[in-house]
Amino acid sequence: MNSELPPLDSLECVWAKPSTLTDTPMHYCPGCGHGVVHKILMEVIQELHIQSETIGVAPVGCSVFAYYYMDIDMQEAAHGRAAAVATGIKRMLPDKYVFSYQGDGDLAAIGTGETIHAANRGENILVIFINNAIYGMTGGQMAPTTILGMKTTTTPEGRDTETQGFPFKITELIAMLPGAYYVTRQAVHTPNVVRQFKKAVTKAFQYQKDKKGYCLIEVVSNCPSGWKMTPLESNKWMEQNMFPVYPLGDLKVDGKLTEKKS
Amino acid sequence: MSNVRLMKGNEALAEAAIRAGCRGYFGYPITPQSEILEYLAREGREHGMVVMQVESELAAINMVYGAAGAGARVMTSSSSPGISLMQEGLSYIACAELPCLVVNVNRGGPGLGTIQPSQGDYFQATKGGGHGDYHLIVLAPATVQEMADFVYDAFDLADKYRNPAMILADGALGQMMEKVIFREYDPKASMPDKPWATTGKPPTRERNILTSLHIQPEKMEEINRCLQVKYQLINKDEVRYELFYADVAEMLVVAYGLSSRIARRAVEMARSQGLSVGLLRPITLYPFPYQVLKDLAQDLRNVLVVELNAGQMVQDVRLGIEGAVPVHFYGRMGGIIPPPEEILSKIADLGSRISTPQAHPPLAENTKNQSANLNSIFEIAKTMRREDEF
Amino acid sequence: MPSVRGTVVIDVDTCKGCELCIDACPQDSLALSKEINKKGYHYAVLIQDNCTGCVNCALVCPDAVITVYRTKKTGKAEKIVTKQPVAVISKVQSNIKVSVDELPEGKVNL
Repeated sequence: MNSELPPLDSLECVWAKPSTLTDTPMHYCPGCGHGVVHKILMEVIQELHIQSETIGVAPVGCSVFAYYYMDIDMQEAAHGRAAAVATGIKRMLPDKYVFSYQGDGDLAAIGTGETIHAANRGENILVIFINNAIYGMTGGQMAPTTILGMKTTTTPEGRDTETQGFPFKITELIAMLPGAYYVTRQAVHTPNVVRQFKKAVTKAFQYQKDKKGYCLIEVVSNCPSGWKMTPLESNKWMEQNMFPVYPLGDLKVDGKLTEKKS
Repeated sequence: MSNVRLMKGNEALAEAAIRAGCRGYFGYPITPQSEILEYLAREGREHGMVVMQVESELAAINMVYGAAGAGARVMTSSSSPGISLMQEGLSYIACAELPCLVVNVNRGGPGLGTIQPSQGDYFQATKGGGHGDYHLIVLAPATVQEMADFVYDAFDLADKYRNPAMILADGALGQMMEKVIFREYDPKASMPDKPWATTGKPPTRERNILTSLHIQPEKMEEINRCLQVKYQLINKDEVRYELFYADVAEMLVVAYGLSSRIARRAVEMARSQGLSVGLLRPITLYPFPYQVLKDLAQDLRNVLVVELNAGQMVQDVRLGIEGAVPVHFYGRMGGIIPPPEEILSKIADLGSRISTPQAHPPLAENTKNQSANLNSIFEIAKTMRREDEF
Repeated sequence: MPSVRGTVVIDVDTCKGCELCIDACPQDSLALSKEINKKGYHYAVLIQDNCTGCVNCALVCPDAVITVYRTKKTGKAEKIVTKQPVAVISKVQSNIKVSVDELPEGKVNL
């Protein structure tokens, strides 16, 4: 080394784990997108200084223990009912920030009813939707968002439309509802998309503050264990196979459908 | 607001909820209880109450979970099929220890059943109903007055024990009109602080987490043990019942809710005929007055349980009586309410018989010699007398 | 030399060795360790001093184990130090003499 850096305390810390994340090590598999989403969500809450005003709702699925890691008041919902629980909280505490954090099984299968109706009521909440096209916690079964041909433990020959129907593009469906104000599809596997995701989360909390109504951020994410790939392979596979079905970008901004939405 | 009103049971209950400081109602219409939602939609909002007709009973009970967790006094109401849908949520609410009120205006089942009154949900209400070891506190009103009064009591008990409370009424109580007097009640004075509520974590305290998930077996057992201790305390301190003539009777009729009113009339008729009959009316179905029955059993010759079902509370009565005297059952189903004369004739029938204690009810006479032939079930049922016990 | 200098501190005990940071690093400053941590994972380590403190690694890290530091942008002297190295010496084969007319303020390591 030709020139050493000055000691750390004379340097500027430009990124550190947000104080709104607890010190509990996350239980997620190596490379799982959940951790990034948790981290960014908590970073935004820290930056907006809304830790004392935010209540989160954890789902059933891999992120069932989200409240171990997020240093905010949280409620654990029954499978699929996070949007209803969030509604109950928000209606009692309309000036607080309320978000639900849900996976594809929770939000788009067992909880479809609650999800759609919360959106349609224009419930003033933020819903974070992790779509990794598989049921991670129960061991890699088909999700409603599993793409065609994708092998899971319950679609060993690959998902086919005759037996299992089509990948459920619930985000597109929600964007069509008048109650939905901001609907966007993001990812968290590269630095740039993480920056975009952070902007989206910040925007959604601002909308909630302004009482604009329902905001949905879908995060197309990976499941290295469920997909049986390394984290890097899974991200590549996601780009090649998931993004064509679930293209990234805003579907609805300021209550108006974007051009992307066809 | 005048304090004396002529109202339907459902409306009286709804009015009492407003006066009890209920801040949120989440429900889905179902006969015979829709007047609760309708009344609150009309009257509740002007008192600052959040009144929501939502997409399903599943959503309703989970909104109650969220809202109760946010520290608010909240409720939902439904009737039997809708209450079945809520069982999952109730199990979560019980484990997360969230106080709330759930009203079941019981209708006939199973299945879609009938919209007529029934007491067929006794098991579901008192034994937990959903998965896991838990109990609701269950109050059974018998009058429109109690439909109102028990709202305050149920909210107070729910808050006291951090436990869901249920008012188990039936379609008749919900629909019939009676005079009701709304008692003075100060919600602020009766509501405890809720430091466990998720209202946003200030820097001064640790975060509040409301969950029913405890993946470590030791932790889950500990949670269960805590719940059981709580239920023991409830059983010790909160048993409520009414006794009529029981201290001087050879025969005890046990009935709750609507059937207790009919049974009381039948008991009075029987006594005027010289029969030595008393009445026990459990008001709390959970906790159940087992000890009262045990104490009374020594002086009794037999017991008759009257319900609007195929015999559910009768099992708890047998547990209380502990085999000391025979326990008989008379019930009507499908939404039929028996007139007092029907019960009177059953009382007279039993009073003239010398019966011996039995652990189990006798098999219906015509069932005894039949093999399990499903085609014959209808024929057997047709030949049975109403007085035959199952 | 990059215009901005930085470094990272990695909580090696919490790192799960997913390699996303290694892939995200534009400077190839990171690699997996040969050793394993308490949990049995190879963990990310800084292998070069060419880190610019761009925070890419920290952004993609699912376990928030990376803390990123950067030389302060404020302070003229430091900028000079980082932007205009006084000397780069490599492959020294015989005795050389380096003289600097005026040392800039701040820390200079030769």
